[in-house]
Amino acid sequence: MDKRTFYNEVLIEHNKYPTHKHAMPGCCYSKEGINPSCGDDLIINLDIKDGIIQGGSFEGDGCAISQASADIMFDLLTGRSVAEAKELSAIFSRMIKEKITDEELERLEEAGALMDISHMPARAKCAMLAWRTLDEILLQKI
Amino acid sequence: MNIKEIRAQFPLINNQNIVYLDNAATTQKPHCVIDAFSEFYCNFNANPMRGIYDLSVAATDAYENVREQTAGFVNAKDPSEIIFTRNATESLNLTANILSGTLKEGDEILVATSEHHSNFLPWKRIADNKRLKIKYLDCDSEGEYSVESLKEALSEGTKVFAIATVSNVIGRVNPIREFAKICHANNTLICVDATQSVAHMKTNVIEDDVDFLAFSAHKMYGPMGVGILYGKKELLEKLPPFLEGGEMIEYVSKEKTIYADLPQKYEAGTVNAADVYAFGKAMEYVKKIGFEEIGERERLLTGYLFDGMKNTDNIRIIGAKDSAEHNCIVSFAVDDVHPHDVASIFADSGICIRAGHHCAQPLHILLGIPSTVRASLAFYNTKEEIDFFIKVLSEIRSRMGY
Ligand SMILES: Cc1ncc(COP(=O)(O)O)c(C=O)c1O
Repeated sequence: MDKRTFYNEVLIEHNKYPTHKHAMPGCCYSKEGINPSCGDDLIINLDIKDGIIQGGSFEGDGCAISQASADIMFDLLTGRSVAEAKELSAIFSRMIKEKITDEELERLEEAGALMDISHMPARAKCAMLAWRTLDEILLQKI
Repeated sequence: MNIKEIRAQFPLINNQNIVYLDNAATTQKPHCVIDAFSEFYCNFNANPMRGIYDLSVAATDAYENVREQTAGFVNAKDPSEIIFTRNATESLNLTANILSGTLKEGDEILVATSEHHSNFLPWKRIADNKRLKIKYLDCDSEGEYSVESLKEALSEGTKVFAIATVSNVIGRVNPIREFAKICHANNTLICVDATQSVAHMKTNVIEDDVDFLAFSAHKMYGPMGVGILYGKKELLEKLPPFLEGGEMIEYVSKEKTIYADLPQKYEAGTVNAADVYAFGKAMEYVKKIGFEEIGERERLLTGYLFDGMKNTDNIRIIGAKDSAEHNCIVSFAVDDVHPHDVASIFADSGICIRAGHHCAQPLHILLGIPSTVRASLAFYNTKEEIDFFIKVLSEIRSRMGY
């Protein structure tokens, strides 16, 4: 039996001890993201000033993959420009749905730890939830 | 029962290194069912009911024989009370749809809260469309429905009560026979979803005196794409058709339509004859082993699984505290670990189980849990498989860092 697991240390740590899971009263942008079929339900908060992501947080419940993915996302995107965030989010999405190059994988830093989820189509939307919701904020508001 | 021989009859189980514990979703198929497709298409393929030539007669016979066999399987009086559909969902939609014409504003429908969405949503829809009242009958925290609560919930205006023989989350057998008596004393029809019981225990529509009973062939070792609806003849005869088209008419002109008699009235268009033929093989297979043997082995396996889970720390079992009430289905939660993560870890170890709301969201809301994990057995499962399941179960929290 195949013992390959995508529940690696990075994922487990971010799920158990998230840095960015908290409320963020008064932040610029908030949006809820839901996966109706699995009940993952996150609120993504984002602070953007002068085109730079100052910080962000998430709230809500979901599986370990959706939670860890959200936490890792904020680690990666804090301090980046909106343009860069969009680009990284697109790379992340391609990593989950298709394939990316080694250079691209490097740019994703810890988010690359979620790569193996691409083998599990049923869980891809869990990994994508935070990023998809972030994209919606970036597309709509900016 | 020689379990080695039994497992050898299921090629997928035999050939793949997996532990299949998602039998409530669909069962695996024995050789005789798989071979039936080529048997049908090699020997009997013609459009049943249409041709005058021998081959079409053979196709019709192959199909109609299974209707007779199905009538025997559920103990219906008359084969014309058996309607073939695509699946249980279609059977239940058909029932709600044809009954809706007999219901008027203010009439009431009572639906058990633990129903699969397929015996929930069709009723909700006709209630919305026809401004009927819809009421829900809640079970207790162990999934039990009491006779008293049903009596209390019925009113003079209650025309239909919809409930399953066995919930696909809880696994408990509902007292259908008693419920039917109570309903009929109140002039209420009872529509029973037998999808989760047909593979595990005898179905008897006469003794239970149910008005409608639906199930899917694919959950009892048969093929996907075949649903069964039993309906009492006197009801089906006077109710309107569901779909209209070929095969279901006696006479059509611009002015006038005369519908065919039962069962053709409810089987519009070309039927799924090959799958129905294969379903016949599934019933034959089940009958050959016998429900006594199946029940005995499944009780043993369910008890073994249940005890193993009860003795594992940080596991919460949904429903009855007594394994005898679980009938091959044990839904559960693991403390701190989301059901989808639990299922993924099992998948990593080659164990197929289900996580989510199992198409029974109102029940999950009632129980106050968004989703659960479900292990479900069939007689071809083994104690060794359950041992492995329990081993992986006991490691889940530590694999998630707890
Ligand atoms: C109790 C119950 N009813 C109905 C269904 C629907 O069956 P199908 O999807 O074959 O129509 C299921 C299966 O998911 C079930 O478990």
